[in-house]
Amino acid sequence: MNRNWTILIALVAILLASCAPSATPTPKVVTKVETKVVLVTPTPPPPAPLPDVIKIGCYEPMTGGMAAGGQQTWEGVDLCNKRYKSEVLGKPIQVVLADNKSDKTEATMAMSYLIENEKVVGVVGTYGSSLSIAAGEVAEAAGIPVVGCSPTNPMVTEGRKWYFRVCFIDPFQGYVMAKYAVEELGAKTACVIQAVDEPYSVGLSKVFIERFGEMTGDTKNVLSLTSGQTGDTDFTAQLTYSIAKNPDVIFAPFHYREAGLLVKQARELGYEGPLIGGDTWDAPEFIEIAGDACEGVAFSTHFHPTGALTEMSQKFIELYEDEFGKEANAFAALGWDAYMLLVDAIERAGSVEPEAIRQQLEATKDLALVTGMTTINYTHDAVKPAVVKQVQRLPDGTLGFVYLMSITPE
Amino acid sequence: MTLSMFWQHLMNGISLGGTYALMAVGYTMVYGILRLINFAHGDVFMMGAYFAFYGIAIFALPWYVSFLLVIPLTAILGMVVERAAYRPLRDAPKISTLLSAIGVSMLLQNVGFLLFSGIAKGFPRPSVFAKQWSVGSIRFLSLTLFTIVISLAALVVTFYLAYRTKMGRAMRAVSRDIEIARLMGINIDRVISFTFAIGSALAAVGAITWSIKFPALVPDMGVVPGLKCFIAAVLGGIGSIPGAMLGGFLLGIGEIMIVAFLPGISGYKYAIAYSALILVLLLKPSGLLGKMVEEKA
Amino acid sequence: MRKATGRILTAVGLLIVFMLLSWAEKNLDPYKCRILNLIAINAIWAVSLNLIYGYTGQFSLGHAGIIAIGAYASSLLTVSVVKKAKFFMIEPPIWPISVIQWPFAPSLVVATLAATLFGFLMGFPALQLHGDYMAIVTLGFAEVIRVFIMNLYSITNGALGVKAVPAYTTLLWSWGCLAFAIFIVKKLGDSSYGRAFKAIREDEVAAETIGISVFHHKLLAFTIASLFAGLGGVLWAHLICSTDPNAFTFLLSYQILIVTVMGGMGSLTGSIIGSIIYVGLAELLRPLDTPTTAIRILGTTIRGHPGTRMLVISILFVMIILFYRRGIMGSKEFSWKWLLSKLQAVFKSKTTEQEK
Repeated sequence: MNRNWTILIALVAILLASCAPSATPTPKVVTKVETKVVLVTPTPPPPAPLPDVIKIGCYEPMTGGMAAGGQQTWEGVDLCNKRYKSEVLGKPIQVVLADNKSDKTEATMAMSYLIENEKVVGVVGTYGSSLSIAAGEVAEAAGIPVVGCSPTNPMVTEGRKWYFRVCFIDPFQGYVMAKYAVEELGAKTACVIQAVDEPYSVGLSKVFIERFGEMTGDTKNVLSLTSGQTGDTDFTAQLTYSIAKNPDVIFAPFHYREAGLLVKQARELGYEGPLIGGDTWDAPEFIEIAGDACEGVAFSTHFHPTGALTEMSQKFIELYEDEFGKEANAFAALGWDAYMLLVDAIERAGSVEPEAIRQQLEATKDLALVTGMTTINYTHDAVKPAVVKQVQRLPDGTLGFVYLMSITPE
Repeated sequence: MTLSMFWQHLMNGISLGGTYALMAVGYTMVYGILRLINFAHGDVFMMGAYFAFYGIAIFALPWYVSFLLVIPLTAILGMVVERAAYRPLRDAPKISTLLSAIGVSMLLQNVGFLLFSGIAKGFPRPSVFAKQWSVGSIRFLSLTLFTIVISLAALVVTFYLAYRTKMGRAMRAVSRDIEIARLMGINIDRVISFTFAIGSALAAVGAITWSIKFPALVPDMGVVPGLKCFIAAVLGGIGSIPGAMLGGFLLGIGEIMIVAFLPGISGYKYAIAYSALILVLLLKPSGLLGKMVEEKA
Repeated sequence: MRKATGRILTAVGLLIVFMLLSWAEKNLDPYKCRILNLIAINAIWAVSLNLIYGYTGQFSLGHAGIIAIGAYASSLLTVSVVKKAKFFMIEPPIWPISVIQWPFAPSLVVATLAATLFGFLMGFPALQLHGDYMAIVTLGFAEVIRVFIMNLYSITNGALGVKAVPAYTTLLWSWGCLAFAIFIVKKLGDSSYGRAFKAIREDEVAAETIGISVFHHKLLAFTIASLFAGLGGVLWAHLICSTDPNAFTFLLSYQILIVTVMGGMGSLTGSIIGSIIYVGLAELLRPLDTPTTAIRILGTTIRGHPGTRMLVISILFVMIILFYRRGIMGSKEFSWKWLLSKLQAVFKSKTTEQEK
């Protein structure tokens, strides 16, 4: 017995001894940053030789609960790389895809794999704010720029140096939908149904309630806030409760699968009033799932295919239609844009040094992308107008997304 | 809450419960025979839904043909799973079969992601099920009535099978005591295969009614319903078919009512449901209609 | 081989391992370090599940909930006050969370104790049941914990989760805690408690008859296992540097189960091996997932496709269940005696060859 205790104490002593100098992991990070600082000197350094192939990483949830959005985003990234911009600074661009399985741990491993193993110069992704938040920590420590496509939760870029995004953030989106509801629909009361497990939905609902309350004079004008979950299929209880309160509008920022079912069930329960949502509704599958029930619903989003914003938008719509045979969705557009933003920054930087790319990303102003003229602000988010789309009956009889209006930031 | 709202909630609950009931019966049958929580049941359910979808989407079969074909196809899938993943482990400790079930579940899901992609697919809803009916101010789909009728029909058929056929008698014997049944000359392998076939067929029917009600297919759509239906089966008394039906309806109604009565804490819905389950198991472990099965040492 | 020699060999072996880890921390790239850290954390979780199942024969699927407690407690205690105020967006953090900012060691201790407490609370009712019922009840408890975490915005920030968790987990911490866990569990297993656990695993009724208070022993095993599960959770949170309730679904409990089973239920060495296989394979097989990997077979090109990786792992898992039922190590442990006998066998065959 004594022997074992001796061994244990010896081990603990060794642990402490070797622990002490490396108790904080920062020394490792510091050395990395130091070498980078040395490279970026005030006088323009001799251009470092470019690698033969410029690798860009893309990490998305291709399997798991968020696979729907992840696969759509990848469509856009891949399409842009294959058919629009496959070269920068005279070198071919290779996009390396890493699946993060909609899982936080996997997201960090995927990011680490891309940065350390594949030696990518920048990363694009991911769908899902919680995954971006997790993997962002890895990118921050490693000092590699990441451009997010669609995560709208402010926490993704807040306080971070290396994470950027091409989309707007939820505080803006909540304002947009509140404004639409109050000014366009003339709503005086509202009910909100949120996905309690989804940071996007919870954050967006909170902002909507605040802004709606501001615009109508009283937060109590939001008559109820009920919750469902991603993966739920039945919302009849929440809907019955909300409908009975007779709101002027129902706001339900779920992912398109749940949203489609929710809208369908709302109509089945006899609710004929307006239903509105956020950018996660923007997928043709939403109409597929909801069917005729979604006629008339509206939502805020990043991009509208029926009416090109820029030349690139037109090209994107054409190529997407040609490649996939169906109408483009917002996530593919954002995937494309994130890729283009990163590549454009590389071009402007004239090198693949992370710090140089990062500075160019910060300096982005009025860059013409698929989703509009994009400027990156000081919190690394894109400042651009949001688009409100509505599902309407098209001339050929089918249902489709129709552009209603743009709402600019305040 | 007004009375009419209450009735509407109740109707919603019955409608939801009906879809749970069918799958719960499949679970309970397998458990009754093998004492196995078939974690893969939910994924067989998922496969059934996709078979039906592709039957209509790719092979352009009329919906009733596709639905009818799916039932034997899914039954075969269930039997294949049993043959490949559970039969070899018949003599192993029970935990192995459970783990194998988890493994098969993951396998089927991953196959699903590979073959069908994660993008949600819209399931076609035949118009006969989509009629909106209303009694007073209570609205429901014609589908609800169909689901209840089909669930009851399935119950009747299962009872007939279990109590009026030779195979049914063999099934009951095996579930009572597998060793004695073997000694009596019953072909255990066939009985078990048959049980899986019936269970999977029921899962397929459940999948079709589910997909008509919730027409959005994703490869992991079977995980949560699978778990819920297992809970329903346990609630009603695992091993008891009417118990599973009762459990399914109770779970459906309970889920709706929790949100209906306590909308402010609708975010806690699952916590309440699970807590209720834990209470039931602690106070009456055999479930509501079940009999306590002695665990032999 | 004398016991003393074995102990000295173990001590020397551990010393070498830890020196290697120190070297790795400073010289390997962060990706490889991450993998090594994850292996250690998964191994700790597997060891804790082994204590419940392999040693005592109880089936628990509630690990995810206990891990969540450990991870959240430590995160909330260590994140800077300023950052907390910023990212608690739905409701501001309540006191004392809004003012606490502790260093790693005390947070680790407190968080692990919190997890142990929850393990005790979970075990008390759950252990009254057996087999499948216990599995479902523990699963239920874990989900209840998760739902509460998801809704208590002022404590946990709900679904938004906690971020900017300081990266305190190093290879020495994670593998050190693993060594600690193995040491404690092995000691427990070799003691009279361990014999009681094994008796309970084999036949509960008989154990009760000879005077072992079955429930108390089961609860002890469960609580200690929860301690390690929580410890693993703390290390995890400080590795991933963020946490949210969706990371702790029953899928995590399944993952730990898979790791434990692959390595061998009842074998501590197996827990490490299972963890190495699971984490290692998941990373090694990444090329299978990327469309840029392509192999040419018989003239056709097969491209990688997302999801192939997990497919291979699930097939492997089913194979192991079917053919290596007891896992790779079964319930055997690594021992110096075994290694020596293997070396002797090799040496002997070499000498007989030379003689010929």
